[in-house]
Amino acid sequence: MTTEEISRIDKIIDKYEGEEGILIQLLLDIQQELNWIPKEVAERISQRLNIPQSQIYRVASFYTAMSLTPRGRHLVSVCMGTACHIRGSPRLLDRITDILKIQPGETSPDRSFTLNTVNCLGCCALGPVMVVDGKYHGKIAPTEAEEVLKNYD
Amino acid sequence: MPKINSPAELEKLRKGIVSKRDPKKPCIAVCTGTGCLALGADKVVVAIKEEIKKHGLEDKVDIKETGCPGFCERGTVVVIYPEEICYLKVQPEDAGEIVSQAILAKKVIDRLLYVDPTTNEKAVRESEIPFYKNQMRLLIGNNIKLDPKSIDDYLALGGYSALAKALSQMTPEQVLAEVTKSNLRGRGGGGFPTGRKWAECRNAPGEARYVIVNADEGDPGAFMDRALLEGNPHSVLEGLIIGAYAIGSHEGYIYVRQEYPLAIENVTIAIKKAEEYGFLGENILGSGFDFTIKVHRGAGAFVSGESSALMTAIEGRVGEPRPKYIHTAVKGVRDRPSCLNNVETWANVPLIISKGADWFTGIGTGGSKGTKIFSLVGKVNNTGLVEVPMGITLRDVIYKVGGGIPGGKKFKAVQTGGPSGGCIPEEKLDMKVDFDELAKAGSMMGSGGMIVMDEDICMVDVARYFLNFLSDESCGKCVPCREGIRQMLKVLTNISKGKGREGDIELLEELAEITRDASLCALGRTAANPVMSTIHYFRDEYEAHIKEKKCPAYVCKELISYYIDPDKCQACMICLRQCPAGAIAGDKNQIHVIDQEKCTKCGTCFEVCPLRFGAVKRISGEPVPPPIPEEARVIARKSKENE
Repeated sequence: MTTEEISRIDKIIDKYEGEEGILIQLLLDIQQELNWIPKEVAERISQRLNIPQSQIYRVASFYTAMSLTPRGRHLVSVCMGTACHIRGSPRLLDRITDILKIQPGETSPDRSFTLNTVNCLGCCALGPVMVVDGKYHGKIAPTEAEEVLKNYD
Repeated sequence: MPKINSPAELEKLRKGIVSKRDPKKPCIAVCTGTGCLALGADKVVVAIKEEIKKHGLEDKVDIKETGCPGFCERGTVVVIYPEEICYLKVQPEDAGEIVSQAILAKKVIDRLLYVDPTTNEKAVRESEIPFYKNQMRLLIGNNIKLDPKSIDDYLALGGYSALAKALSQMTPEQVLAEVTKSNLRGRGGGGFPTGRKWAECRNAPGEARYVIVNADEGDPGAFMDRALLEGNPHSVLEGLIIGAYAIGSHEGYIYVRQEYPLAIENVTIAIKKAEEYGFLGENILGSGFDFTIKVHRGAGAFVSGESSALMTAIEGRVGEPRPKYIHTAVKGVRDRPSCLNNVETWANVPLIISKGADWFTGIGTGGSKGTKIFSLVGKVNNTGLVEVPMGITLRDVIYKVGGGIPGGKKFKAVQTGGPSGGCIPEEKLDMKVDFDELAKAGSMMGSGGMIVMDEDICMVDVARYFLNFLSDESCGKCVPCREGIRQMLKVLTNISKGKGREGDIELLEELAEITRDASLCALGRTAANPVMSTIHYFRDEYEAHIKEKKCPAYVCKELISYYIDPDKCQACMICLRQCPAGAIAGDKNQIHVIDQEKCTKCGTCFEVCPLRFGAVKRISGEPVPPPIPEEARVIARKSKENE
């Protein structure tokens, strides 16, 4: 890590120093800042807050919001909630894995896309829903997925 | 803003806020809940603001960005006050007309009104739309009337008066007695009597105790808690502060899943405002009672919504459940007494305190009082959030409020209670919705998801879907849940792939029983409900999958094939061009044929084949007819001269 990156991480850690029970909140902030949790960061947290690394990895690997591998430039999330499921999200997901040539949870080799599934985004009226970099695309037919993804590179 | 030090000062402030507001001043309320935002509500707001500026009306018209009123199907929802005219499916392009017609010319814009699909009648006001008319909106009714980021809006509607009443006119014991008398039951799923939980926590030994809002709404297809926290966060805070007073707690947590960024934002702002005004902090309203709230974000694990797991997560550790021989109300966060209630439960508390337990028990059935918010989703016309009194029939919810099934399809089942719930068939539609009746039918209230399914849904696939979800989300700590779910999923997957065997149904029943009896927490104990209820009501579908290798709803991929009827195919090339697998052979004037080896069964051809041809057929449980010979594929089109 560069010194600039270390100081960015340190700033986040500073916010939580001296408080108890903050590990999950801290890791969420770091995930948001870096889009993943690198090994060096886990070491840094362990050093500064005196939390065993095993505990950090236990938390980071348990929760779906945290990633221990780098993510792609664009995050594609396909909602697999019940309402989307019965409105055809499995077929939408099939089509997207076809187009991106990666499975859910994977990142494309050129790091352009990371594909994941989510359990419910709570906008069931729009199902099936896919979200690309925070933008919602509702009522997407499998045949329309390519059109949406074309706009990202 | 100076702190408010007494109920009298609060009333003075409230009067000040109300007197500054002209009830006749036009106000454009735009829903900016997550659903409408996804449909472009933010652009609608920008467009309306520009129009207002263009007409120089900045001082004459208010714009309010509100929470979700529930009618997500018809978003973006815009309501014009004081006339309460409700416009639906509003687009940014409509902004000009809204300002020039609805505001300046005081005319109703016909084309944006609700049109009843059966009678074709238009409804001008929110209260005239059947979707709203048949509800009882005590909790979410205010969402469209207030800006969730403004505490003054909440105060103008009488906010925090229940807190003032509790702190100044009631002892903690009296507050507890009132909630107990109201018979309020937990809205998160279990339906445990709230008063009893509070009393247990209050009476538990120890100095410090916690109160917690569970907003880790993990059930797929449910979003009522988000709408409340996002749209009216102060109502939840007020309930929590009153509860803390009754229980004797000085520290509270709000546990929100990080998938709800807007809810986190709004509740964080609300806490800050409440601190400024003196509804949180030391000596609240001069009563001597101190209370603070922290927000804790969940990091994406369904099981962390379970009470003991959630409390472990608040301690910063992995959110896994623990045995609850001792209730969390006695030993919870940091082994201290902790009272956890769902968002909707807390939001009911201010109503009970201001209007009284007797008023509350007047609504609902013998064992279930008050209203319940359901998220009505799936194959239903009016998708959205509906708040109805307990005891309403399922039929009324689905048909009167929900507007029935779209596309002239036939109703098959309604799934309630999320992954722990069950599917209820048509013959039970006249059942009253309350905690006990739903449990009797093999389902449960759960947090309030209600997923409507039509004839195109395969019940084996639904059961498999839920078990797949649960096998991902089971934390794996206890064997019966981890292995029981996995084995049931294996059997179900086999059935849906046509590899089902005689005796599989009985095997599922046996596995279900053990998983239910021996699992550690509610996730495992209720995991078998989707399987058991679908076997109970739709056994014939299971049997068709096992014995005839047939999926009657044409869902299970391995059991269906697509076939182009040569008598109907017009060789239009549409399916051929769109097939992503390149599995369709043919040409202009040459009947198309699907290569069954190449076909991935994505269903694209079935969808794109023009309705007037209807040439693509789905086949299940019988062999695909052999392709017609090449020489017979040419279509000799009649030319006009020959006619």
